[in-house]
Amino acid sequence: MLSILGVIFDGLAYGSLLFVISVGLSITLGLMGFNNLAHGVFAMAGGYLLVTLMSKAGIGFLPALPLVFVAVALGSLVLERTLYRPLYKSTPLIQVLLSVGIIFIATAGANFMFGSGQQPVTIPEWLTGQVSLMGLDLSRYRLFLMLVVAGITLGLIFGLERTRFGAKIRASVDNQRMAESMGIRVERVFQLTFALGSGLAGLGGALGVDVLGLDPNFAVKYLVYFLLVVVVGGPGSVLGTLLAALLLGVADVAGKYYVPQMGAFIIYAAMIILLLLFPHGLLGRRNAK
Amino acid sequence: MSETSAVAPRHLTFLRRLESWKPAEIAFWLALVGVYFAFPTSLVFASQILITGIFAMSLDIILGYAGIVTLGHAAFFGIGAYTAGLLAAHGWSDPFLGLLAAGVAAGIAGYLSSFLLSRGSDLTRLMITLGIGLLLFEVANSATDITGGVDGLQGVVIGKLFGIFSFGLYGRTAYLYVLGVAFLLFAFTRSMMLSPYGLALRSMRENKTRALAIGIPITRCLTDIYTIAAVIAGVAGALLTQTTQFVGIDVLSFQRSADLLVMLIIGGTATMYGGFIGAAAFLLVQNSLSDVNPQYWQFFLGILLIIMTLYLRGGILGGLGKLTGLFRSRRNKERP
Repeated sequence: MLSILGVIFDGLAYGSLLFVISVGLSITLGLMGFNNLAHGVFAMAGGYLLVTLMSKAGIGFLPALPLVFVAVALGSLVLERTLYRPLYKSTPLIQVLLSVGIIFIATAGANFMFGSGQQPVTIPEWLTGQVSLMGLDLSRYRLFLMLVVAGITLGLIFGLERTRFGAKIRASVDNQRMAESMGIRVERVFQLTFALGSGLAGLGGALGVDVLGLDPNFAVKYLVYFLLVVVVGGPGSVLGTLLAALLLGVADVAGKYYVPQMGAFIIYAAMIILLLLFPHGLLGRRNAK
Repeated sequence: MSETSAVAPRHLTFLRRLESWKPAEIAFWLALVGVYFAFPTSLVFASQILITGIFAMSLDIILGYAGIVTLGHAAFFGIGAYTAGLLAAHGWSDPFLGLLAAGVAAGIAGYLSSFLLSRGSDLTRLMITLGIGLLLFEVANSATDITGGVDGLQGVVIGKLFGIFSFGLYGRTAYLYVLGVAFLLFAFTRSMMLSPYGLALRSMRENKTRALAIGIPITRCLTDIYTIAAVIAGVAGALLTQTTQFVGIDVLSFQRSADLLVMLIIGGTATMYGGFIGAAAFLLVQNSLSDVNPQYWQFFLGILLIIMTLYLRGGILGGLGKLTGLFRSRRNKERP
């Protein structure tokens, strides 16, 4: 009984990470319909940035996190301007190729600069170890992860539902041409959303070094997970993405815990079945692009 | 009536003109025969290029002509490779039997998975093809008793071709065998793509709604073409097994599907020859760059992809077509 709760807890922590990393992809996909397979590259960049900031510049774990967020967001703005923007109206194939190209460059670059091994990260002492809660030994770091993600989710939902900018995003996702004719500069909205989403992915990558690991193949290794979260959740839906991420996190951890010999088989099978049952995502809109 | 039969209808002359073999095409295949005599020491590598070319052509059928973006085409290549390998490892060593079995096995897999593709958006399809590919990789990886897992399938022995020619160390028989199969598959694909059926496929790619409106059964076309492409990919996989007498698990890997996509794009989609040209260019450059450092190759490939998506959409053959078009229009201006 306890082990089931433990697996669920680990799964939820894992799912929260997937959510932070994928939510930006979900919104940009819903907004512009851009098939960006390279979203994991931003998460990987965040991870490497955190490791470098901590080991080379001697910055602490907590202060490094906002720095990573800002740096990755700014970096993604440059990429959006130079590479992504010319291809918004292209076919999915061209977009897929562009993002595969970005993944290749990032993988080779990370290999060249940091070597092919796993990167270590030292999390502060007050986050290591276990905490006893109702007879369950929970990892402090995973608890911290879930709190951070809960905060981010609330912030995102509040931002989308209650602020002017959030209203603009929702309008642009719903009907781009109508939003444009109402005077919303959809391109600007998209640019900012892209930066925000990439920054969150960077933050997720930084938070995840201890849980997901970090090596040059990160972007390919977790590509399926990020895309899966987005597609199953329904592009453009924050709550759908959260639901899908948590579901997937629990399923993956449970699969690896109870039937380790099946490997990643369960997650791929689950993905195909979910996609067949919900071709538009769990909470996706039927008329979404 | 006699007047109309004297002048063939316009669409028929159009199709006939498409169908006739052009001098450049004949030269292409003659050059491949010439490779046998010109480079007798690198025939093994040349066979690899041809096999990859067939595989790329099978992707071109569904991607270039029918417009389905897939990231899991290696699944069928792998099924073919393992089918031929397992048959040969268990004593059924006739090469043609292997090809046939591989084609059938891959075809069945393609037919079944084509039903998963008839729903959802491009992204959903992309994910499903990717998922099937990864799923098969996991199966082959964990079923070590049958496939040999990461170590690969050992003990593949291929019998003599027609019972006479054995597959030697230098790959002479293998090259001619691969070339023959490649030509047959190509001729079949070519005539299919230039037939009204091929035109129907292209109209499906351009506009699904309108294609449906003029009476093209889209779902059935998709099922058919996906199955045919899977068969060809399976045969290519079997050829690889038979010429290398080994099956590595990388026949099913994501990298193979992604590389294949890149080759086809480099060569040019929906051109029939784009797959072969792209495979040759890709493998030749990869071979020379990887010797220096594999990371350089990946980095270079990434840069190349980005440049191509931003500036050079048509690939090598598309670029050549533009050049000859430019040349022709200039010549026409000189002689009005």
